[in-house]
Amino acid sequence: MATEFSFPDAAAKSATAEFETEKMSLSMGPSHPSTHGVLRLQMELDGEVVTKCDPVLGYLHRGDEKIAENMTYNQFVPYTDRLDYLAPLANNMAYAIAVEKLAKLEVPARCQAIRVLTAEMARISAHLLGLGAFGIDTGAWTVFMYSFTEREKLYKLFEELTGARFTTSYSRIGGLQRDVPEGWTGRVNAFCDQFLPILEEILGMLTRNKIFMDRTVGVGAISKADAIAYGLTGPNLRGSGVPLDLRKDKPYSGYDQYEFDVPIGTKGDSYDRYLVRGEEMRQSVRIIRQVIAKFPCGPWYATDAKKIFAPPKAKILTSMEELIQNFMLVTEGPQMPAGEVYFEAENPKGALGFFVVSKGGGVPWRLKIRAPSFCNLSILPKVCVGNMVSDVVSILGSLDFVMGECDR
Amino acid sequence: MPATVAVTTLLQEKFPQVTPRASLDLEAVNVPPADVIAVLKALRDDHGFDMLVDLTAIDWAEGVSPRFTVVYHVFSTTHHGYIRVAANCANDELPAMPTAVGLWAGANWHEREAYDMFGIKFDGHPDLRRILMWDEYPHFPLRKEFPLAGIETPLPDPDVVAETGAKAIAAPMMGGPFVAATGEINLTEAEPRAKDESWSEVREKPKA
Repeated sequence: MATEFSFPDAAAKSATAEFETEKMSLSMGPSHPSTHGVLRLQMELDGEVVTKCDPVLGYLHRGDEKIAENMTYNQFVPYTDRLDYLAPLANNMAYAIAVEKLAKLEVPARCQAIRVLTAEMARISAHLLGLGAFGIDTGAWTVFMYSFTEREKLYKLFEELTGARFTTSYSRIGGLQRDVPEGWTGRVNAFCDQFLPILEEILGMLTRNKIFMDRTVGVGAISKADAIAYGLTGPNLRGSGVPLDLRKDKPYSGYDQYEFDVPIGTKGDSYDRYLVRGEEMRQSVRIIRQVIAKFPCGPWYATDAKKIFAPPKAKILTSMEELIQNFMLVTEGPQMPAGEVYFEAENPKGALGFFVVSKGGGVPWRLKIRAPSFCNLSILPKVCVGNMVSDVVSILGSLDFVMGECDR
Repeated sequence: MPATVAVTTLLQEKFPQVTPRASLDLEAVNVPPADVIAVLKALRDDHGFDMLVDLTAIDWAEGVSPRFTVVYHVFSTTHHGYIRVAANCANDELPAMPTAVGLWAGANWHEREAYDMFGIKFDGHPDLRRILMWDEYPHFPLRKEFPLAGIETPLPDPDVVAETGAKAIAAPMMGGPFVAATGEINLTEAEPRAKDESWSEVREKPKA
C-alpha cells in the first residue's frame, strides 16, 4: 500500500498548491466540425478530462410535428426527407408504412421490393457518410474522399429513380412516386459489383490503422444494459452486443424473404460501432442483390386504394372518375380511419418510429416522430464523462447522428 | 398475437385498475397516472419489456377533459413485442405525471421534450428543463391552441435585444406560403392553401 506522499518542505508544498487545477467550462459547438451539424456540448473540464457534459439541442428545431398536424398525410412526405437527410429514401418508407398501417393497406410485392431496395441503398449511402466523417474526426482524410466518390454514384442512381439526389420523397402512402426506370436495377447491380472491392479498400484504410485504432479501441464503451436503458437503437445498440435488428425481428416490407446477417460488437466501444457499420454495408449489398434477383412483377402501388393513392396522371387528364378522385385527394387528403398506430423501421441511424393518432379524415391529430439520433445522443452525458476532449470527438463520430432528425 | 393478449390479462391480475385501450395495432392499456410507474416497472421486470422506445404526449384540445395523455411505447429486446401504455393527466391546467427516469435513463430526454412541447410536469424528474426550445421560451408549442405560424417572442438574451432591438419574428406570410386553416371547420375549408394570391407577374406584390 502506498503511503501518503509527504512534502519535504513548505516551499515544495506551496509550489504544488500553485498548480491546483480549477474546472474549466467549454462550449463545443453548435458550429463545430466534429458535432456534425448543430449540436452543442456544454462541457466541464478538469484539465483535458471531461467531468460533465450537457448536450444542448434544438438549433435545428423546425416543429415538424406541429407542421404535420396542419397538413394532409400526403403533404408531409417531403418533410420526412428532412429528418435523417442522409437517408431520405428510408424515412419516406418508414412514414409510408406507418400511415398504411393506420389505413390497413397492403402494398403489392413489387412496391415492397422497391422500397427495400431503396432503403438498403440509402443505408449504404448513410453509412458511407458516417464512415467518411468519422475518418475525418480521427484524422483520416482519404476515407472521406473514397466514400464520397461512392456516394456520388448512389446519388446518380437516386436521381435517375426519383428525379432528386437528396430530397427524394419517393415512397408515397400506398405506393411509390413512380416505377423503376428500365435498366435501372441492372445499373444498381453494376454499382454493387464495383462497390464491394472499393468498400474493402475503404475499410482496409481504417480497420487496422494504428492511429484510428488508438483513437477508437476502448473509447466510449457502452454496456449492454446502458444501451438498452437509454433506448439506443441501430448500429449503436448492436455495437454494444445486443442482436436487435427490426428488419430481422419485426420484419416489414418483406424483409423476411431476404437472407442477411446482423453483425454485433463485443465491447461496445467506438471501434465496435465502426465495425458494425462496415459489416452492415456488406449485408446491404447482399440484400440488394437478392431483391434484384427475385424482383417481382405486377403493380407498384396499391391499386385498390382509390381514396389514398393518386391515380396515374394520364388517367386524371382523360377520365372524369380519376379526375374527381385526384381532386378529393389533393383537397381533403387521403381518408384515414380513427385510431392510433406506432411503427418503427430499422433506419441507418436506428429505429425511426412514427406514432400516428388519427381522428379520421385526411390530417393527423398528432404525429410523433421517434428519432433514433435523439435517443442515441441522450447517452452522451454518461459516456463522455471521464474521457479526454479528443475522445469526445471520436465518440460523436462513432454515434453517427443527424441533427435534422434529432431536433425535428 | 396471443402472447401479447396475455400481457394485459396478466397485468390486470396484479393491477385491476388497468383497462385495455383502443388501438389499431399494438397491445395497449390505459393506466391511472398514480399507477403508471408501478405498471411500467412490472412490464419491465416481469414481462420482459426492457426498452422504452418512445414517450410522448397527446393534447386532446382545450376544453376536453382529460386533456393530456402521456403515451409510453415499450419494447422487448428478447421477445420483440411492443406494448403501449397510456395515462391521462389528472389536471388539465397543470398537467403532471410521475417520472419514469428511475426505470429507464432514456426517459430523461423524452420527458424533457414532452415538458417542452406540452408543459407536462414530470414529478421527480432530475433535470426538467426545456430541451428543443430555449430555456426562457414562454409557450408550449405542441398544445393545440398554439398557432402554426408561431407567436412573436423576444430573443432569449436581453443583452442582444438591447443592443440590436431584434426580436424573433414569425416567417413571412404568416407561417409560410401554404397554411391550413384551423378550428371546427370541415376539411375542405381547412385544407392548406396558398395565402394571398392577389399578385402575379403582371400585378405587383403588395408591400407587406
